[in-house]
Amino acid sequence: MLARAFLSFLAALIGGGILWHATDGARAFTSETARRLDVARSPRPVPGVILEDMSGQRVPLLPQEGEVVLVEFIYTVCGDICQIAAADFAEVRGRLQAQDVKARLISVSFDPQRDTPEQMAIYGDAHEADGVVWTVARPEESDLDGLLELFDVTVIPDEWGGYQHNAAIHVIDGSGRFSAVFDTDAVEAVAAHLQEVQP
Amino acid sequence: MRMICLGLLALAEAVALREAAVSSPIQHVLVQMPLLVLAGAVAGWQLSVPRHWAVPLLLTALTALLFWMLPINVDWALTPAGELVKYVSLPLLLGLPLRLSWPWLGPILRGFIKANALSMLGVLGFLYTHAPVRICNSYLVSAQQELGFAFLYLAAALACLWAIPVLFGHPRWLPLSTDGCTKCGA
Repeated sequence: MLARAFLSFLAALIGGGILWHATDGARAFTSETARRLDVARSPRPVPGVILEDMSGQRVPLLPQEGEVVLVEFIYTVCGDICQIAAADFAEVRGRLQAQDVKARLISVSFDPQRDTPEQMAIYGDAHEADGVVWTVARPEESDLDGLLELFDVTVIPDEWGGYQHNAAIHVIDGSGRFSAVFDTDAVEAVAAHLQEVQP
Repeated sequence: MRMICLGLLALAEAVALREAAVSSPIQHVLVQMPLLVLAGAVAGWQLSVPRHWAVPLLLTALTALLFWMLPINVDWALTPAGELVKYVSLPLLLGLPLRLSWPWLGPILRGFIKANALSMLGVLGFLYTHAPVRICNSYLVSAQQELGFAFLYLAAALACLWAIPVLFGHPRWLPLSTDGCTKCGA
């Protein structure tokens, strides 16, 4: 009898353990939360990728001396979520400038074929990205997959020739590590976080 | 033997649905995964285990079920490692143990499991149709909503199916539920 009960107990224990582990201690039920927890726990070094911005100039993705970089992944002909995300990004920019935090904001296009500098400039104008504090830029085709993988951004084609992707604000801290993810509208949280990690 | 062949067939079908699983969550969660479970159940159709194995086996099956219900693992099932684990665990840790423990479960426990399955499908259906965000990063929002409705339809269909014996007595074309017990020597 005891042996039988023990067997059931063991099965329950192992099962519970597996589920506990799979959900990161009952905290992550979706891959989006899982990636946020993982990044906060173990920041990922970002490679020195060079992007082409909306005026055709080459800009580094990595933060320069004493600054922090905020990255958002977009494609410029996006009809819904990127437009909302861009409005949120503008708000973040305003907030950071008011707080005098040295940060650069980059909207990185994951559709570099369609998003030429001219196209990116139109998007930038529409959202009042000045090209200095906030710029729109595209990576080399060959860097794209690596970037999406590093940031855990899943891009899937939708029914209308566009894409769906997990939109978020990604923080690259002063030492060049991807170390935090926020919802696009979490303006307060981003501002507070940057105050904290400001180099 | 025949059952093992059937099990292999179900498994082969599930593997053949690989592409479909990537493109649509319904084909992934409601066609491919159940086929894998079926493969395990059918493969163990004529096996039987002693009574004291029933509870541990049931717990194993429940663990596997809960594990694959998590959206994070539905995403993971599309990566090479996750895919392999899916093909092995769904038949061997869900279908087979459920089949082996089922004959030993009393009517109340069976009813409890069925009722829970229905309410779980209902909750999932509500969640997937109403979530304001994408629950699985690998699928479109529209596909997510379709999956939610599919969960609700499935819950409705199962409720009807399981209500038949309760409302109208046991129909002749359904195997008697005590069969399993006699087969296993109860």
